[in-house]
Amino acid sequence: MHELPQQLANGLILGAMYGLIAIGYTMVYGIVQLINFAHGEIFMVGGFGALTVFLALPSGFSLLAAIPLMIIGGVIVSVLVATAAERFAYRPLRGAPRLAPLITAIGLSLALQQAVWKWYPDAKKDRSFPQFDGSPFHVLGANIQRGDLFILIAAPVCMIALGFYVTKTRTGRGMQATAQDPDTAKLMGINTDRIIVMAFAIGAAFAAVAAVGYGLHNGQVGFRMGFIMGLKAFTAAVLGGIGNIYGAMLGGIVLGLAEALAVGYIGNIPSMELFGGGAWKDVWAFVLLIVVLLVRPQGLLGERVADRA
Amino acid sequence: MLILTTVLTTGALTLTACGSRDKGGDDSSGKKQTVVIGVDAPLTGDLSALGLGIKNSADLAAQTANKQNLVPGVEFKTQPLDDQAQPSVGQQNATKFIGDKSVVGVVGPLNSSVSQSMQKPLNDAGLTQISPANTGTELTQGDGWKTGTKKRPYKTFFRTATTDQVQGAFAAKYLFNNAKLDSVYLIDDQKTYGAGLAASFKDTFTKLGGKIVGSDHINPDDRDFNAIVAKVKATGAKALYYGGEYPAAGPLSQQLKDSGTNIPLMGGDGIYSADFIKLNKKATGDLATSVGKPVEQLDSAKNFIANYKAANYKDAYEAYGGGTYDATWAIIQAVKDVVTANNGKLPDSDLRAKVLDAVGKVKFDGVTGPVSFDEYGDTTNTMMTAYKVTDGAWKPELSEAYKP
Repeated sequence: MHELPQQLANGLILGAMYGLIAIGYTMVYGIVQLINFAHGEIFMVGGFGALTVFLALPSGFSLLAAIPLMIIGGVIVSVLVATAAERFAYRPLRGAPRLAPLITAIGLSLALQQAVWKWYPDAKKDRSFPQFDGSPFHVLGANIQRGDLFILIAAPVCMIALGFYVTKTRTGRGMQATAQDPDTAKLMGINTDRIIVMAFAIGAAFAAVAAVGYGLHNGQVGFRMGFIMGLKAFTAAVLGGIGNIYGAMLGGIVLGLAEALAVGYIGNIPSMELFGGGAWKDVWAFVLLIVVLLVRPQGLLGERVADRA
Repeated sequence: MLILTTVLTTGALTLTACGSRDKGGDDSSGKKQTVVIGVDAPLTGDLSALGLGIKNSADLAAQTANKQNLVPGVEFKTQPLDDQAQPSVGQQNATKFIGDKSVVGVVGPLNSSVSQSMQKPLNDAGLTQISPANTGTELTQGDGWKTGTKKRPYKTFFRTATTDQVQGAFAAKYLFNNAKLDSVYLIDDQKTYGAGLAASFKDTFTKLGGKIVGSDHINPDDRDFNAIVAKVKATGAKALYYGGEYPAAGPLSQQLKDSGTNIPLMGGDGIYSADFIKLNKKATGDLATSVGKPVEQLDSAKNFIANYKAANYKDAYEAYGGGTYDATWAIIQAVKDVVTANNGKLPDSDLRAKVLDAVGKVKFDGVTGPVSFDEYGDTTNTMMTAYKVTDGAWKPELSEAYKP
């Protein structure tokens, strides 16, 4: 059992990443009831944005000093792509049946993958991402890599900032109002178009932060990394209760822990040898989702709402 | 990309069609007939480093034959198609090659799983296929090879690479006898190549007296292996054997070292790539086996290396350059034999059947050593080499002709 602290740490790191990406799904869904399946690719382009900034810096530039610049670069790229997608792919379809923007999102996701694959230099295979040197920290029997500290710090900081923004600022409250009833919010003088753009932009910025964390954690970024991460983050958003920002983070962490523990321990249960191990972790993540949804269809922190007519 | 491929293919088809129309009887005036050798490899995606090496090496073989005027009256051309390491794409490519009547043989692919989807259509069309890289044993010996009943499933399939049965066993023997590591954690990616390699490794390693302290499978698209690494660490294994390819092996090895477990990761020719070291900052000490001797050590390869450099290809020839050159040359040699038997002219009919027949009998000194095929289509050259990452590059440790 002495690998347990390590597995919990691994799950937490992975979960924090899922949670940050899940915010983008949950905010957009909460406000426009759209599942933005291109969000995984928004995350991916953020990683490439950060990498571009790093490559542009003079050699010898310390990575610690480069990180803030890389975050800015990633956030700019992600936010630009996300707001452009909102403006040109989703807004024209706002009155359309819900399936139409969903299909657009899937198409956009493939288009973004292909665009990076085609035009980013050398992106036809994985690109290596800068990493911190030095030995890991030992915390309660687990090894935490230096690069992983980034995501462990960034996730709570982002959550606190977002909580403050949504509850304390004018646009944040406008966001809540739009989520509850867009038409009435509009009548109250809220510029709902601007609120929707804000939701896309904030989700994209968080995805870019997660992408920097992903790069530091895995040591590489690739044009396909958005697909499975996006799917997991979407799962996390549903698990936590889609539309609820704290639920997204909680769902992410539950999912990350479930994955790490499934890989570590399911194979040790008698007669479950076949179902343990790394190849099954995605399966267990979705089994968990189904079980939670059977017991609590609204997700862990979601509220039961009547479907809008 | 699909559009681009289609355009290129159509273009190539039109060109070759023109070529064959031109020939119409005026051979004497010096006009050459074009013979096309199809090349199938992943030219984009994770494994493109290996795939581009294959494409260029095949091209070099065709150019060299043309320069030497090896077969008078015949101009060799390669037609590379990208399979993206996907079996379904490989199968489409196979149909394209079959449809193009000027294609006399196919070199490739890289992945055994892609080969499995190409073998049947190529076999039905009687089109020769020589892979420089497929090591999946069942490709030539049938699914019964593990129980000792060998049966060749497709008469058109040949390879210049040895099988995983040889490779996995050689790796086990090297790790146990030479590196003196007697407990291993075994991981594979569940693909044809990775699983076969791991199975063969396990078989020999336990026979030698080594211990497999745990085993696991991963998904080849995964990049986060920390959960498995924690398990490996807990078992106290002295090495990790991985059946699979470098895109996943790179991060796996690095995360293993990051966790504070300083044991080598060993793999087959699927990780023997410069990209493995590029993607893994802590690769030092990792081990790999690959088919043949390192071409840099072979006298027979000196010309190949010099010519490759002179041709100014953008990408390195990588692990399969020599084998690809030999595979392409085997087809060229077969065409030569067919032409010689037909009074110095390309036969008007049955060219593919005649080439297939001739490939089975070719015998020449290639880049990787003597080239010929046994009754299963396997290479008779079972030379294997173990490599170790030293100072940021793969360094050969031990070469021997290995019979399991």
